[in-house]
Amino acid sequence: MEMCADPSSLDGINWWMCYLTTGKHQAFYASFGTVLLLLALTAPVVMVLGFGGAMARKSKIPPFRWFGLAYTNIVRGVPDIIFFLFVPIAMDQGIEYLRHRVKCPDVREPIRQGHDFVVCTAAKMPLGSSPQWIHESYGFMLALIAFALVFGAFAANTLYGAMGAVPRAQLETAEAFGMTDRQVFWRVQVKQMWVYALPGLSNLWMILIKATPLLFLLGVEDIVYWARELGGSKTTRFAYPHPDWRLYYFVFLLVFYLFMTWASEKVFNRVTKRLSHGQATVGAGS
Amino acid sequence: MKKIILAATIAAFVAGSVAADTVRMGTEGAYPPYNFINDDGEVDGLERELGDRLCEIAGLDCVWVVNDWDSIIPNLVSGNYDTIIAGMSITDERDEVIDFTQEYIPSDPSAYVALAGADSAGDVVAAQSATIQASHVASSGATVVEFASPDETVAAVRSGEVDSVLADRAFLADIVADSNGELVFVGDNVSIGGGVGIGVRESDGDLKTALNVAIDVMKADGTLNEMVKRWLDIDANY
Repeated sequence: MEMCADPSSLDGINWWMCYLTTGKHQAFYASFGTVLLLLALTAPVVMVLGFGGAMARKSKIPPFRWFGLAYTNIVRGVPDIIFFLFVPIAMDQGIEYLRHRVKCPDVREPIRQGHDFVVCTAAKMPLGSSPQWIHESYGFMLALIAFALVFGAFAANTLYGAMGAVPRAQLETAEAFGMTDRQVFWRVQVKQMWVYALPGLSNLWMILIKATPLLFLLGVEDIVYWARELGGSKTTRFAYPHPDWRLYYFVFLLVFYLFMTWASEKVFNRVTKRLSHGQATVGAGS
Repeated sequence: MKKIILAATIAAFVAGSVAADTVRMGTEGAYPPYNFINDDGEVDGLERELGDRLCEIAGLDCVWVVNDWDSIIPNLVSGNYDTIIAGMSITDERDEVIDFTQEYIPSDPSAYVALAGADSAGDVVAAQSATIQASHVASSGATVVEFASPDETVAAVRSGEVDSVLADRAFLADIVADSNGELVFVGDNVSIGGGVGIGVRESDGDLKTALNVAIDVMKADGTLNEMVKRWLDIDANY
């Protein structure tokens, strides 16, 4: 905006108009989109991993079952912050190692040199010459995978429990009708388990919403990063000097998170009602 | 035939990416006037101006990347960016893990800032974690309270959580001047650490040489002195 050219001459409403539309604030507003996008993309992947993990744990083939058990127990047991530091760095270095092998077979120097992890320029992921947005999208992708792996393990356990919660009588009846194991699983057990899984899944969703500040560990600037950066006191070296306003920015985030919680609750209540239709469970009454 | 074409394409691709010498400059973006994020959301400050000039002299194509102070060395070492230009003093401890170019800011004294009315630095002192100031306070016998960002250290003095903060004088000078007498310098300046240099990976000798040469150029023609004086109000005398 033109009037924002000289911020020191502004006051009142004009100052606020200009202040709230600075490039930095626009980055702040855009980061809400980043967070929502992460949630929207992570949730389906979490469900797939969770369902796969639960099926693996139920599998009659031992290696599958062991894999399912190992996945759910190891991932759930490792503290999130360690997992978020380890998985993306390990994945990134793994990818670069493979690319180094393929693209620069004639480079003789070792990849690990003391503290340094050195691959040839062409093996960098993304390439050093790529624009910044590619670096950011790549970081976002790594973050998405890390989130999906962690929350997938929790979802697997929830779904495994929900499968076990379907009344045994239902399954036996289905068997008595002559259904195969596979038919019993898909037509009766999976159809009925959701209502038992929902409370656990809604918990997971809430925790996922609040876990997004971990994004900054991976270099993705999320809403909490920007709120802290914008709220910190600014000296007259900045165009819009102000004292410590972190409280106001964090109150704004609080409102956002409460709104997300409120909206999610509404959706989950509706889904619970639908799924409980015709079933004698607690969900039906509420 | 197909294989030859494929090999040629890959070779061209590889050569192209090597020719474009992009250097990713890592900084903290939270330490005015050394480096900060300005209102447009861009990296700004002495180190932005200096870094861009050095890249121009050395003929490098530079991109700016912001990273948390706490993980700034690990991310350099694992190759997420190629330099640390973030007001980082050259110390033996850091030199074991990474390499430094020659200094571009002389050893700047650190200073204590407390609320007006205090006559000494007190027993509880705030400092940013993993800085030379934090280790200085710890060894001086006072209780050090560490914070992840520079801004939080000053906020802790304002709220009374700590008695004072120890940081680079140039960083605190702006804040004291702007506080309308709320904050004051207390005690004597302390000289800790050497000058400030650009951190590079130990395996990245070529980049280190290129930057050293560019810094030499700026020291010789006096532009570095002028820049340091204008941003930090320090006489560099290179």
